[in-house]
Amino acid sequence: MNEPVCEAHAVSKRFGGTLALDHVSLRLEAGEAHALVGENGAGKSTLIKVLTGVHRPDGGTIRHLGRPVSFSGPADAQDAGISTIYQEVELAPLLSVADNLFLGREPITRLGLLDRSRLRREATEVLARYGVAVDVRRPLGELGLGIRQMVAIARAVSARARLVIMDEPTSSLAPREVDRLADVIEVLREQGIAILYVTHKLDEVFRVCQRVSVLRDGRLVHTGPVRETSRIGLVAAMLGRPVAEVRRHGVTSFGEAHEVGRAAPVLRADSLVRAHALNGVSVEVRPGEVVGLAGLLGSGRSETARAVFGADPLDAGSVEVAGRARRRWNPAIAIRSGVCMVPEDRKAEGVVPGLSVRDNITLAALPRLTRGGLVSRRARDRIVGTFIRRLGIKVSSPDQKVGELSGGNQQKVLLARMLCLRPAVLILDEPTRGIDIGAKAEIQALIDELAREGLGVLLVAELEEIVEGADTVVVLRDGTAAGVLRGAEIGEQRIMELIAADVSDGSAGGRFDD
Amino acid sequence: MTEPTVAGRMGTAGRVTWLPDYGVYLALGVLLAFNLVFTPNFATVANLRLQLVQVAPVAIVALGMALVIGTEGIDLSVGSTMAIAAALLPLYLGYGPWPAIAVAVLAGAAVGLVNGGLVAYGIQPIVATLGLLVAGRGMALVLADGRLVEIFDPTLAAIGGGQLLGVPLPVLMALTVAAAAGFVLRRAAFGRRLLAVGGNRPAALLAGLPVRRTLVTVYVISGVLAAMAGVLTTGRQSASDPSFTGLLIELSAITAVVVGGTPLAGGRVRILGTLMGALLMQLIIATVIQHDLHDSTARMIQAAIIVAAVYAQRNRSGT
Repeated sequence: MNEPVCEAHAVSKRFGGTLALDHVSLRLEAGEAHALVGENGAGKSTLIKVLTGVHRPDGGTIRHLGRPVSFSGPADAQDAGISTIYQEVELAPLLSVADNLFLGREPITRLGLLDRSRLRREATEVLARYGVAVDVRRPLGELGLGIRQMVAIARAVSARARLVIMDEPTSSLAPREVDRLADVIEVLREQGIAILYVTHKLDEVFRVCQRVSVLRDGRLVHTGPVRETSRIGLVAAMLGRPVAEVRRHGVTSFGEAHEVGRAAPVLRADSLVRAHALNGVSVEVRPGEVVGLAGLLGSGRSETARAVFGADPLDAGSVEVAGRARRRWNPAIAIRSGVCMVPEDRKAEGVVPGLSVRDNITLAALPRLTRGGLVSRRARDRIVGTFIRRLGIKVSSPDQKVGELSGGNQQKVLLARMLCLRPAVLILDEPTRGIDIGAKAEIQALIDELAREGLGVLLVAELEEIVEGADTVVVLRDGTAAGVLRGAEIGEQRIMELIAADVSDGSAGGRFDD
Repeated sequence: MTEPTVAGRMGTAGRVTWLPDYGVYLALGVLLAFNLVFTPNFATVANLRLQLVQVAPVAIVALGMALVIGTEGIDLSVGSTMAIAAALLPLYLGYGPWPAIAVAVLAGAAVGLVNGGLVAYGIQPIVATLGLLVAGRGMALVLADGRLVEIFDPTLAAIGGGQLLGVPLPVLMALTVAAAAGFVLRRAAFGRRLLAVGGNRPAALLAGLPVRRTLVTVYVISGVLAAMAGVLTTGRQSASDPSFTGLLIELSAITAVVVGGTPLAGGRVRILGTLMGALLMQLIIATVIQHDLHDSTARMIQAAIIVAAVYAQRNRSGT
């Protein structure tokens, strides 16, 4: 076998108590596009950072072009021929395309001045190689994201790169731009450049890559040629489930299915579209029903939840509550009409850390607790007391700052904030992420209990929680519903099949089965 | 999960967290002690009274500023708003003092409406209010024809220099505003909303709070308070002076707020701390002047204190 361009051997990296990378070995050959996949927290970005010198590995070695290397930082790695293109294109939007392309290594005349004509000529030539024909004098910021991505790639590659790392390069690209990126990767491969392609999108793995490696919990769990890898096998490796024996064991605290019946949906979201995120998702929630959203990261689970709540603007689609179509839709209106959401990112979008537990719980209920502009203390304290008891929130007093609580208790505070509004539909985005096992079980049991009392729940969660907790599962892929499973149909195997189904066969795409 | 939480008085890791909150009291105590020992005629009723009267407009402006900063904003236009109020007074005194004052205060509200509207629709506060910092003073000078106008109106003079039960009216006004602000923050729904918007704006949006309305209201309050301070200053000077009324007061006000323990990152407002911060700034100027040092010395000391206060806050705002 040829000498690899870059090789990581038994690389480990520890952050505090967690092992982010555990003896990971990876060979990147010249002229291959190597896919790196894995769920959030699997260690993908840590691996990139180790390869590019942002982090120093705690163990293991990295060989680049046949020599052991120890980069001091990204600049050092770049000099050695490793270029990285990040998700968000980090270039100067107000400078011209040509200026961006040659930033830091501009051609200069004998007088030490910028050689503008040569700059323009060379920039045009370089971009032409990637099939991009634009006026290189235009400011970069005026151009589309796809072109900007190409400029970033052209910039990285014309710097004599031997390895190009692309971190989710298509997350903000339109389908046509993705095609162009695939072509560019072909061009790079022909030049003998190795590409490490980090992505969440299985279609792209099979389309642009020759080999694929899967990380899970910091370990390399699979590596091999794409040709010999099945979609279902890849999904199973990412999620850590054996393909053959999909067992149902009681890992969650969800109980039996809820009595949903054929009641009219209390919430109906139809053909939601949002550029780069949602591609016509439809969801229905009936009273007492737990509807789970399943899919890989980036498939549009959170985006669907947020769109249904009105947290992000929609490009198209409609939301109907209790049979009434809503034209204006935003969180305030949603809450007033009985649709509430607990967001995924507790810290960034949930708690107000400097305010007390009491104020955090009653934040959304303020209008209902206010008379003549003043908050009614008695009504407020009654609600706060009730929910602290019902949800078992551990606080020294309601005056305690919410920032001092554990993740599980913060999550309960956010649940209380929405539950005290007596919603008809509750949207929960990863309600048990990052909290301890005890609180997790309590929250699962609570969801169960609430559904039995008639609350409609839209749940984004781990696969096992969806399988055991949901009455209906909407499986999402690339921002569309790949299928809907009900009752006995729900199982890890079926969900994974729908996630992994080849889009080109089209039979399962975006259709409800009733 | 390794970041320190916003902890209480004493940090869990033994870090000194009381300094940003209570440092202003310490500094004030030290400065008072210094003056009692080294400054002749400092501890006289007349002198203390003078200091309090002089600090009142700054305190009133700073209280409005504290609310704005509580929403993670800033209001640079307060000084120019004072100038607009000052410039309007002589123009409308013909209708009597109260209508003139009403016009001045309404103008302050209008300035706040513009600021708040811009901020609510996504302009950065520092940019949104910078416009009226510059344009506002220009408007004031145009209104007044660029001239200082002497005012002989007993009502205005009383507002600026009168007293009630031995307490100067400006001081009484500042205290009233402080009490009202404290009450609103503690008891009114608006106060909770304000702190929620400043503490975590996305969370406030997702909780269905009227974020834009809250922002507009806060800037209107700041504009109204600045206009009131402009009226006070004009009354005390018996002159409308649009060139110098409120000049650079935004800096004193921001300093008072920050030194008083209100974090620039928003989500928390210290009313008493703001009053103490204003007092500290005033006392620094007074001390410097009474020891025959140049005015610019006071500015340098103020600058050093604001840098120290922001530095002491860095751990909190960074999370």
